[in-house]
Amino acid sequence: MDIRAQVSMVFHLDKCIGCHTCSVACKNIWTDRKGTEYMWWNNVETKPGTGYPTLWQDQDKYKGGWEKKEDKLSLKLQGRIGALANIFFNPSLPTIDDYYEPWTYRYEELFNAPPGDDQPTARPVSLITSRPIDIEAGPNWDDDLGGSQLYAKNDPVLKNSTEEERHLLNEVERNVFFYLPRICNHCLNPGCVAACPAGAVNPGAMYKRGEDGIVLISPEKCRAWRMCVSGCPYKKVYYNWATGKSEKCILCYPRLESGHAPACFHVCVGRVRFLGILLYDADRIQETASVNDTDLVEAQRAIIQDPFDFQVIAAAKANGISDAMIDSAQKSPVYKFVKQWKIALPLSPQFRTLPMLFYVPPLLPVLATMKNGHYEVAGAGEKGMIPLLTSLEQARIPLSYMAGLFAAGNKKIVEEVYRKLIAVRIYMRAKSVMDIPASEVQQALVSGGTTEEEALAIFQLTSRSTFEEHFVIPPLAREMNIETTVDPDTHKQDAGFGFRKIIKRRG
Amino acid sequence: MLDFVLFGIFPYVAIILAFAVGIYRYFNDRISYSSFSSQFLEKNTLFWGSVPWHYGILAILLAHLLALIFPSAWMIVPDHLYVLEVSGLALALFTLVGLGFLLLRRLDNARVFRVTSVMDWILVATLLVQVDMGFMVALFYRWGSQWYLYTAVPYLVSLLSFDPQIQYIVTLPWLVKLHIIGGFVIIALFPFTRLMHLVTFPFSYLWRPYQVVIWNRSRQSKRSK
Repeated sequence: MDIRAQVSMVFHLDKCIGCHTCSVACKNIWTDRKGTEYMWWNNVETKPGTGYPTLWQDQDKYKGGWEKKEDKLSLKLQGRIGALANIFFNPSLPTIDDYYEPWTYRYEELFNAPPGDDQPTARPVSLITSRPIDIEAGPNWDDDLGGSQLYAKNDPVLKNSTEEERHLLNEVERNVFFYLPRICNHCLNPGCVAACPAGAVNPGAMYKRGEDGIVLISPEKCRAWRMCVSGCPYKKVYYNWATGKSEKCILCYPRLESGHAPACFHVCVGRVRFLGILLYDADRIQETASVNDTDLVEAQRAIIQDPFDFQVIAAAKANGISDAMIDSAQKSPVYKFVKQWKIALPLSPQFRTLPMLFYVPPLLPVLATMKNGHYEVAGAGEKGMIPLLTSLEQARIPLSYMAGLFAAGNKKIVEEVYRKLIAVRIYMRAKSVMDIPASEVQQALVSGGTTEEEALAIFQLTSRSTFEEHFVIPPLAREMNIETTVDPDTHKQDAGFGFRKIIKRRG
Repeated sequence: MLDFVLFGIFPYVAIILAFAVGIYRYFNDRISYSSFSSQFLEKNTLFWGSVPWHYGILAILLAHLLALIFPSAWMIVPDHLYVLEVSGLALALFTLVGLGFLLLRRLDNARVFRVTSVMDWILVATLLVQVDMGFMVALFYRWGSQWYLYTAVPYLVSLLSFDPQIQYIVTLPWLVKLHIIGGFVIIALFPFTRLMHLVTFPFSYLWRPYQVVIWNRSRQSKRSK
């Protein structure tokens, strides 16, 4: 047992209102530079939809993540020799047109225009070429489906659904969507790290930090072989076209190390985000990533270890994980959502990178249709009450879609999650509105496989939790790590304000 | 005198420059090491440029190098000489076509033009002249694969043994001499251009483990604690 700590995340999709505050916070801090304009380390997608970059989930196109071939895992992109052979031209690399060409406007033309009959206009100009461009795509171009049926229709995840389900989803009055905020998953078996060939002498242009599992790029070692962009199935590694270095979400590690929540977490208006430590067994990564598609979610739950188990604690301590870190893992909200309550699921686990960002799927709106000129909720009772218990069967987004998105096609897992979420909703409605008979509440709790206490705890953490309960920032103790390598006083003089190196282009 | 400066002194200047500046850049400006791929900005033309260029020039350089290291293996019967000369010419043409595509792409595509530095233009122009000269040498001064062994090889060997014997090459036609100078000019350009990416070619990817985990603290000291 090789116990390691991983900073992990849960996004509660029922609470996401798609306001993009997270994206803007991240952009302002990290990607407001030349070459990074198009990078959205944090982005919010409308689902069903094609996402960013367009069709990122389609691995026949982008060849990201891992493939299982006769119980052996291999990169879908290429083998080791293939990596060196394709280094001059990577056939699966997305180009900037799969994202969008960044632009600005010639605002001065609004003021400098000579007097005339027409309103002056600010022409859009490309931030790459400085030439006028026609804007064909931009950040969140398909936000709220962008007024088109095409985005939802072309969602790669829909291939899990039947023809009829897809047809229903595209009927105008049934059209429905939810938001999917995405950052780097800081995977346990990252495809980007595995695909990065860089390092003639010492590899590690892309690496996973041992202490907290954050996946990072060292710009000093990156040589722009750009295999990481392809290797990541989530397309969360971005190539900086100006500096010739790849960049990605760093989970705001400088903030984490000083006890702050990452910026996108901190600003979240809907309080969608939870952060905490998970302990996992690093010896079992390969075995976990190699199980059959439908077993992936269960296997990933199993690799996460119980931070209260004394054997796990002993193994963690033997690995140098501090008491404070173990304490942090015990308080982790992520552990509760993922392992204890089992209502948070990884995004597209079939890519086999073992993503460490989990999602509580959104409660599905029930089906409603226009009948005799008025809007009618399917299965509504005589009193017109929304059919709570049957809302899963009457869902407007088919369960097969959710299973494709969060469980590698395993409908049973997703159904269990939904039964529990519905039970919590019914239980709390009965408690606060008191219009549901006790027998129905009991029935819901049983079908959700939960208890009154658990339902209450889920409700509390989801809706009523404090900042400190949302974000259990691990004690990364960077200052103590420094002590083992350099004199803290010397380091203090080296760090902070001083000379910063700007990446110079030298040919 | 000029010949001695060009063929007896300049090669050493070029090599010392390459090593000294390259090492200086490695320790002081490592962040600037990159292949500066522009595939992200333009993909379609790049294929027809980058692939023939890289594979072509690698094969040609390898031929130059192998003849230097194993000259005896290079002395072959006349029948095979045709094959060798024709394939050399074909390779040079292949490489030139690739380089042509790369140059045109840089000029034609506004995005790629934008990320092209002054040193890039100098480098691509030098490479174009050099490969062109190599092609013309192969075309006009036939059986180069053979006379190379009796002119350039002993000259290069003398350079390597720090006893430059320029008499092996001074009587060669000026085109061949320019080609030799061009080679050393490119060596001198190494640390000032993106050519540095060549020395960081990631062979170690063939055997390193897929996953890389880096600890801020050494694990041994943690485990013992």
